[in-house]
Amino acid sequence: MPPLLTLSGLHKSFGGVRALAGVDLELHRGSITALLGENGAGKSTLVKILSGVHQPDAGAIHFDGVATRIPTPTDARDLGIGVVHQECLVFEHLTVAENLFVNAHPRRAGLVDWDTVQRRAQAVLDELGADFGARTSVASLSIAQKHVVQIARALVNDSRVLILDEPTASLSQRECAELFRIARKLRDAGCALLFITHRFEEIFELADRYAVFRDGVSVGAGALGTTGRDELIRLMVGRPVEQLFPKQAVQPGEILLRVENLGRAGEFEDISFTLRRGEILGIYGLVGAGRSELAQVLFGAERAHAGSIGGSLAGGVDIALVPEDRQSQGSILPFSIAANIALPNLATLAPRGWLRSRSERALAQHWIDALAIKAEGPAQAVQSLSGGNQQKVVLAKWLARKPAVLILDEPTKGIDVGAKAAVHQVMSEFAGAGHGVILISSELPEIIAMSDRVLVMRRGRLRGEFTRADATPSALLRAASDA
Amino acid sequence: MKFAYRNRSQVARRDLQFAVLTVVLLAAVVLKYPAFAAPDNLAGVLDDTAILVMLALGQMLVILVRGVDLSVAANLALCGMLAALFNREFPDAGVLPVLLLTIVAGGLLGAFNGILVWKLRLPPIVVTLGTLSIYRGVIYLLSRGSWVNENEMSPDFLAFTRAHFLGLSTLAWLALACAAVFIVALRRLPTARNLYAAGGNPEAAAYSGIDAGRMQFLAYVVCGAIAGLAGYLWVARFAVAYTDIALGFELQVIAACLIGGVAITGGTGSALGVLLGCLFLGIIRSSLPLVGISAFWQMFINGVVILAAVLLSARPQDRLRATLEAPR
Repeated sequence: MPPLLTLSGLHKSFGGVRALAGVDLELHRGSITALLGENGAGKSTLVKILSGVHQPDAGAIHFDGVATRIPTPTDARDLGIGVVHQECLVFEHLTVAENLFVNAHPRRAGLVDWDTVQRRAQAVLDELGADFGARTSVASLSIAQKHVVQIARALVNDSRVLILDEPTASLSQRECAELFRIARKLRDAGCALLFITHRFEEIFELADRYAVFRDGVSVGAGALGTTGRDELIRLMVGRPVEQLFPKQAVQPGEILLRVENLGRAGEFEDISFTLRRGEILGIYGLVGAGRSELAQVLFGAERAHAGSIGGSLAGGVDIALVPEDRQSQGSILPFSIAANIALPNLATLAPRGWLRSRSERALAQHWIDALAIKAEGPAQAVQSLSGGNQQKVVLAKWLARKPAVLILDEPTKGIDVGAKAAVHQVMSEFAGAGHGVILISSELPEIIAMSDRVLVMRRGRLRGEFTRADATPSALLRAASDA
Repeated sequence: MKFAYRNRSQVARRDLQFAVLTVVLLAAVVLKYPAFAAPDNLAGVLDDTAILVMLALGQMLVILVRGVDLSVAANLALCGMLAALFNREFPDAGVLPVLLLTIVAGGLLGAFNGILVWKLRLPPIVVTLGTLSIYRGVIYLLSRGSWVNENEMSPDFLAFTRAHFLGLSTLAWLALACAAVFIVALRRLPTARNLYAAGGNPEAAAYSGIDAGRMQFLAYVVCGAIAGLAGYLWVARFAVAYTDIALGFELQVIAACLIGGVAITGGTGSALGVLLGCLFLGIIRSSLPLVGISAFWQMFINGVVILAAVLLSARPQDRLRATLEAPR
């Protein structure tokens, strides 16, 4: 039997950034296909195209053998494509029953037929074996239950294709088992499922086929039976480790930062490590492993619930954080470059409590030159800069403080190759000058090229420590995704 | 997440609690001033509150979809002036053309707000702050700053709002009819349900094929049409039209919505709650003079009631979002 859904040669770019550059995918009836790929491989873009939210620039979609387009989410629904979104897109204010029928209310004489809504919703929930009723308020449900609501929504729309976008990322083991039970039930009923996950054990437990994306391109697909874990890992990361800026060799000095048994409820626990002068310490892990949360606590933006952070310096350690989300956390977009760089340095710039714009501008100009920020001048607003140059501004504002420890959370995410090399160079020089750097990244080549030592986090815990020599892509990926 | 939800049954519970509170307030006033309970007086209170009820129901739609309409009172005043001028030109045309004129004109003014919010994605508060001034300015241009007085209005133009059936004025009946229509429509009209969905979670609404911007547009059109109709009612009731009628009234309208349990963050609210909120304000407003409290205290009490209502009914994370604290 031909596949139920076939995607061939899909391309999609966003403002010059290529998200998909030739993706093929087949989903078969009564089959669960696992979709694998590193962050940024193009999985989310694919989900959005199948949801009718984005349109591909090129390529073809065949549903049940017929060439088709999915111009709007309504078309996706009418076609029979249901999506369980990773971020749990439900209506908290409404009941479960109404959530299932939003924008598709059964009507009688033009009015919503609530009896039918209630009855059909309850029937679908019973069929799924849900442990909550149709009249429940969605806001009172757990994340796992909200996923079930999304699945139920797909079912009332008679979906034949169901996409599960990393549904297990925030579920407990028992909740995962429940979700898998429902997924198998739908598979046996003839649905074609696409299961996106980072966890290998789940892939082998649930899926029977696989597809791997890398950098927006399909690099492998087929039946899972004969394919082993190592083969999948090789497909996921199998690119040459490009290194545009060679890391300087350093001899680590005295201990700068000592973290012991650090924990924060629900986010991470029992984290211990040290950081030495001149060292770049990489922290690798998949999205949701607790790395950014750890960074927030180290920086002091969140409070630790357990453990301690100590250092060699009297009166604590001066730690700076370049956060993952540079647009909302790293900078104040409407402010000028000068004002952004000045923010963490006001004490130096205004020793008597009076800020002089001349010294503010001079400081900004210094960093514009030092980091080669492409801008008209210190007065230009940060929001009008390119992503790479915005990131350089965020770096500059913290480098100007000369912190003992600099934490970089996904510092090169979404920026172009040139800016990336510049960030790597700054990082390396800063460490070389006797400071400590913690580099958090989901990008294996970056972690491996830049780090003197790599810690791997998974589900809130440290799962391994690797020296520069031991840190191979497959070793890190294995530590990050194994149970 | 313990307090984090307000589903339909919870909204119903809040409406019930608020109804009890309104009755308690009424009972307290009546206990002290039995004359307040006279049918004529209660009918008068309803008559006084009727326009507020209608405007608040329209405003509620806009707030449900995360908007706000500051221009309702200006819209009312402009359409009121249109009605008065039309009546002066065609005194024998009757009331029906006036009703149609004001509803259509008000709807168009609302549509102008809606287009700016929907297509240009401008913030609702800015758009309607702008149109508030523009609409008032247009009244001045239309009337050249002059008043239209009672002696220039035809008898049936004036009589419409004052006619009584079964002890209640036309105004009161209109307000009750509006409330009844809203209660049923918001519960059972598919488009109205999409309004709740779009206001509650615009992103999820988009994935369900609902255009949240279009929902905002519709809300503004309905709100505007009601404001337009209210313009005629206001002018006929007070028998005068000039640039500054209902000046600042939009704030009372928004206050009534908030007191009635409409969340300023969108997605939650009921027509019954809004009706009760208006009646609550109306009872306070008409009983204060009896108690001998000055108008200044009336504003003060309104303010306290708003803050108390919002404090009691807002969900904790709404409060968080309304302040400058970073989302977590």
